[in-house]
Amino acid sequence: MKKKLLAMLLATAMVCSLTACGGDSAGNTNVGTTDDGAADDGATDNNVAADDGAAGNDTAADNGDSAGSATTGSSLLTGTLKLGVIGPLTGGAALYGNAVDNGASIAVDEINALSGDFTIELNAQDDEHDAEKSVNAYNNLKDWNAQAIIGCVTTTPCVAVASEAYADRMFMLTPSASATSVTEGNDNVFQLCFSDPNQGSASAQYISDNGLAQKVAIIYNNSDAYSTGIYQTFQNAADSLGMDVVSVTTFTDDTANDFSVQLTEAQNAGADLVFLPIYYTPASLIMQQAASMSYDVTFFGVDGMDGILSLEGFDTSLAEGVMLLTPFSADATDDMTVSFVNKYQSGNGEVPSQFAADGYDCAYAIYAALSYYADKNGGYNVDGVSYQDLCEILISVFSDPSFSVDGITGESMTWTAAGEVNKAPKAVVIENGVYVGL
Amino acid sequence: MVINMLNYLINGISLGSVYAIIALGYTMVYGIAKMLNFAHGDVIMVGGYISFCATSYLGWPVIPSVLLSIFVCTILGIMIERLAYKPLRMATSLAVLITAIGVSYFLQNAALLIWTSNPKAFPNMVTLPPLVIGELQISSVAMVTIIACIVIMVVLTLFTNKTKLGKAMRAVSEDKDAAQLMGINVDATISLTFAIGSGLAAIAGVLLCSAYPTLMPTTGAMPGIKAFTAAVFGGIGSIPGAMLGGILLGIIEIFGKAYISTQLSDAIVFSVLILILLVKPTGLLGKKINEKV
Repeated sequence: MKKKLLAMLLATAMVCSLTACGGDSAGNTNVGTTDDGAADDGATDNNVAADDGAAGNDTAADNGDSAGSATTGSSLLTGTLKLGVIGPLTGGAALYGNAVDNGASIAVDEINALSGDFTIELNAQDDEHDAEKSVNAYNNLKDWNAQAIIGCVTTTPCVAVASEAYADRMFMLTPSASATSVTEGNDNVFQLCFSDPNQGSASAQYISDNGLAQKVAIIYNNSDAYSTGIYQTFQNAADSLGMDVVSVTTFTDDTANDFSVQLTEAQNAGADLVFLPIYYTPASLIMQQAASMSYDVTFFGVDGMDGILSLEGFDTSLAEGVMLLTPFSADATDDMTVSFVNKYQSGNGEVPSQFAADGYDCAYAIYAALSYYADKNGGYNVDGVSYQDLCEILISVFSDPSFSVDGITGESMTWTAAGEVNKAPKAVVIENGVYVGL
Repeated sequence: MVINMLNYLINGISLGSVYAIIALGYTMVYGIAKMLNFAHGDVIMVGGYISFCATSYLGWPVIPSVLLSIFVCTILGIMIERLAYKPLRMATSLAVLITAIGVSYFLQNAALLIWTSNPKAFPNMVTLPPLVIGELQISSVAMVTIIACIVIMVVLTLFTNKTKLGKAMRAVSEDKDAAQLMGINVDATISLTFAIGSGLAAIAGVLLCSAYPTLMPTTGAMPGIKAFTAAVFGGIGSIPGAMLGGILLGIIEIFGKAYISTQLSDAIVFSVLILILLVKPTGLLGKKINEKV
């Protein structure tokens, strides 16, 4: 009897310690990141103090212009907006979440420096690229009285949070969750990135237009909605373009270590381009294994491939010649991109990925939308506005065809009422360890 | 066609060898302590991280970094046994099982705190050129893995059959109480088993990460489960059984992917396991044990 009691006590203790562990680590990370963000912000300001004002003003003016007649938007818009960010700040997809957070922080600093009347408070919550944790992160933000959300960064968590947010009437602008299931039926969710159908068909179009390959092989993750979605539209577009797809193989999250079979099949089929609509972690394994079987082939990825160069310990020479479809290239020479890249580099010590740019544009898009509204109504104060009210306002502005935003991921971006963005795709290639625009 | 098949076979054996080395750890601990050490997969992950840190951060050469990782994992194995399992030696097997799962979560979360969960690309530990026989190409990692697996199995078999400590281990596995009466230190023997199993886990970690170089706190989880399957498949408690089970599992996985469906590879592996266990409940090389009731 005593023994039984002891065993039960131990088991209970174990369970408690487990939950404590989970909660604790999440809590710590969150606090850590917010602090980091603050520290980074400080550094950015100090380092480029001279540039800051000028660049900031330019961008603001640009944004104002593009947002219809809202040239003086910043003075009509007042109050403090509480803006939440949800993304994987730790975990396998952490590069994305941190990039979005850092990018959005830079935009918020710029906006806050414009005029004292309107400011944004940013709060980033970690979801570890996990649907359940993402909903927890969303609830944390609601407790913090967030008025709108940038997120989620990755697709699977975003679908989960989107349905909650739809029921609550919370506005979401996702920087990078590209599946159609994110926006489908959710009028409160808008995408800043291409949707999967657009990514898949745009990739096929790009490969075909530029004559990159005679025979194409595809390896995708069939346990992932993002990967499967892009694969399907790619396949459809390839069929209608008459492209020769010689090999289609899959893997799942649980079998994402050995790709010898998939690569051998592609090699035997004579594929000269392998399309990888997957995230960078398995992609790095595929490249390494292709190199070890001396299979010299062009890899073509989509936005999930972005970040492969920042993978710690990865031999970047393996990624040489890899092409990816991305709306942003850090080597662009326009003023906005140059200013953003400089700030990001001095603050974070690395070249920003498209996710950082997406985060930056998200913050500006929400700011532009509010300015647009304030201008139309002769002034608007966001203080104390409930997220439900703000949601309806933002939906009406984003669905307005005359509302457009010039960002670093695309010029004059407009949105459909369904939540999809319209902008032109670009491709980059990795040369000498950096992304080069094509 | 034939070349392809041979290529797949070699890949299968190489993947299977990693499973086999992990399975050896499971099977030894089960054979002697009669418990399933579910934390074994996570010791593999720790082994991978230690050698990653030694080579990438401290700039150590390959051999010392592997030795360091074996050393650290051995200590870790003994500590886990002392702190988590030894106090439960007289408890029900279910309690020990739950403890093992707890240790597994503890190790994963500790790794998450120490190394964060950003994936790390494991450096290539085996820098020999690939072996080319005609059209057939065998990567050096595959060769090293297969050779390591065979060497480990031979040494372990000799150890358990010929040495005094090995004999003590077998005695403890047959009857703990009788072994104690014969003057064998049962606690020390069980600790030794954990030490050996964890040392093997370190080697398996380095080989696993060399072949599939992404390192995350959950890296050990799936291979751990597959290796446990392999141990059951070959007959848990039997050293040659773990070896055979591991290699067969690797081959079935690769061939299933190559000739049946890449989508169903795991389903195929586990279906084969179910079939084997239906026909031969003790596994391929498992001994039938008559439980005294």
